[in-house]
Amino acid sequence: MPLGEIRVAINSDQDIVSARQEGRALATKLGFSGVDATFIATAISELARNILAYAGKGEIVLRAIHGSGDGILVVASDAGPGIRDIPQALRDGFSTSGSLGLGLPGVRRLMDEFEIKSRPGHGTTVSVKKWTR
Amino acid sequence: MAKRETSTKDSGTRNNAAAELVMSEAPSELLRELVAHLRQNRTQLREEWVGRISETRLLTAMTKEEIFAEATSVYDSYVEALETETFEALQAYARNLSERIIPRGVETHEVVGIVLLLRDVLARSLFAKYQADFNKLNRILDAYEPAANRIANTVAVGFVQERERVIRQQQEAIRELSTPVLQVRERLLILPIIGVIDPQRARQLTEQLLRGIRTNRAKVVVIDITGVAAMDVTVANHLVQTVEASRLLGATVIVTGLSPEIAQTLVTIGVDLGKMNTVGDLQGGIEQAERLLGYKVMAVAEPR
Amino acid sequence: MEVPILKQGEFLIAMFQAALSDADLENLRRGLLQQVVKFRSRGVIVDVTAMDVMDSFASRTLREIAHMIRLRGAETVIVGIQPEVAFAMVQLGLTLEGVSTALDLEEGLAYLIEKSKMTD
Repeated sequence: MPLGEIRVAINSDQDIVSARQEGRALATKLGFSGVDATFIATAISELARNILAYAGKGEIVLRAIHGSGDGILVVASDAGPGIRDIPQALRDGFSTSGSLGLGLPGVRRLMDEFEIKSRPGHGTTVSVKKWTR
Repeated sequence: MAKRETSTKDSGTRNNAAAELVMSEAPSELLRELVAHLRQNRTQLREEWVGRISETRLLTAMTKEEIFAEATSVYDSYVEALETETFEALQAYARNLSERIIPRGVETHEVVGIVLLLRDVLARSLFAKYQADFNKLNRILDAYEPAANRIANTVAVGFVQERERVIRQQQEAIRELSTPVLQVRERLLILPIIGVIDPQRARQLTEQLLRGIRTNRAKVVVIDITGVAAMDVTVANHLVQTVEASRLLGATVIVTGLSPEIAQTLVTIGVDLGKMNTVGDLQGGIEQAERLLGYKVMAVAEPR
Repeated sequence: MEVPILKQGEFLIAMFQAALSDADLENLRRGLLQQVVKFRSRGVIVDVTAMDVMDSFASRTLREIAHMIRLRGAETVIVGIQPEVAFAMVQLGLTLEGVSTALDLEEGLAYLIEKSKMTD
């Protein structure tokens, strides 16, 4: 059954919780395992957190997607300052470090597909997908 | 499909032919008419279809009674899909049906085969009914064909998806069986890893181990990788993550059987081997674990 | 959101709930420290069994709690991290380095008791 889109406005820290709860609910409905649902909720939490920290406000959109199986699409967008150096933000230091910056490498590890569009002065949009295995 | 003499069915041709054809019914009216016909003749058409199924030796894994029971449901779902022009119910039914017949050993070509047979049986019945009025027959089939093809597609795809899901599940189960997490002593788990690990298996191992730590309340885990020839950077990283995640559950991890090659890979990804608990072989690892757990090895006094 | 803080002898037990917002965590941090001072506790168990997601902020808060409590001469141990939460945390690189962890309340208490014996 088509599930439509779920939009969560990110304006406060409470919205981070709402966004990840919606994410977990949708993931569970789509048949994701407990581990995957937790991965998805955690990724959403980090993305929402970035929005608040760097742009002050933005939006998270959740959608069911279909390929050879079912999956979830999460789009985190804001009209904030944008990321100056995307490769730097995505640099994956496998060795654990104290400061995490945007945590984008971590979000990428949690999900299956990762796409980012950002330009200084033009906001940021991060799209991630995960597929049921 | 019944043979007809028609030109191509694109809208351009249809528009030109409009002057000749008398479009007296709307397509949905036609659909209603043919659905009524299929309902009226349900018993006989269904019998004909089941007959064709045995003739062509499909669904040999099922008994005659089972085939008849399923045939009834499929027929009704088919006609309902034609009538409502919606396919969600059919999709759900197809998945449901697949769930039931896949364990019986029914294969894809059989499912596709019987749906196409039904399509043909019904098409011939429509042909027989309307053959006197050629134009009407054309319009009826114009309404029927796209819907019938979509139904065949929906059922086939539903079956294949369900089959793929079952296969994935079975593969997962096999992977799990092939790597048991062993409880050897109280609070001590051993995870011997053998063979090739791809990222998917690595992820599964981590999940299994973490659940095992919780279930067995393990305080020490010995991960033995003597049997692992090589590890790429991704999998090496999984190993590090497993060690870190185990610690979050209060368990200490000892890695044994680290080959020089794998040690090198770990160093490459920035692991401080000094911080990782490693021991040469499994036996040594177990002894280390027992020391950590406070077990003392005592000499047994000989009874006099 | 109120988080229950229980007193168990010379230890405190804080049961973190699910769906704690950043503001909730901040309040918790302050509240816990106040209680440690008030009761002169020797150790704190933070039970996160109910937390279904642990992100970078939660992780940082836990490390800060442990740090502050250590400044008051007390030990902190985090217990009840769920297997899937632990897995997600390490994917994000959150390892709670420098903070003691144990499987559950029972293990956490055993750890604190052991630790206080050593410093007696």
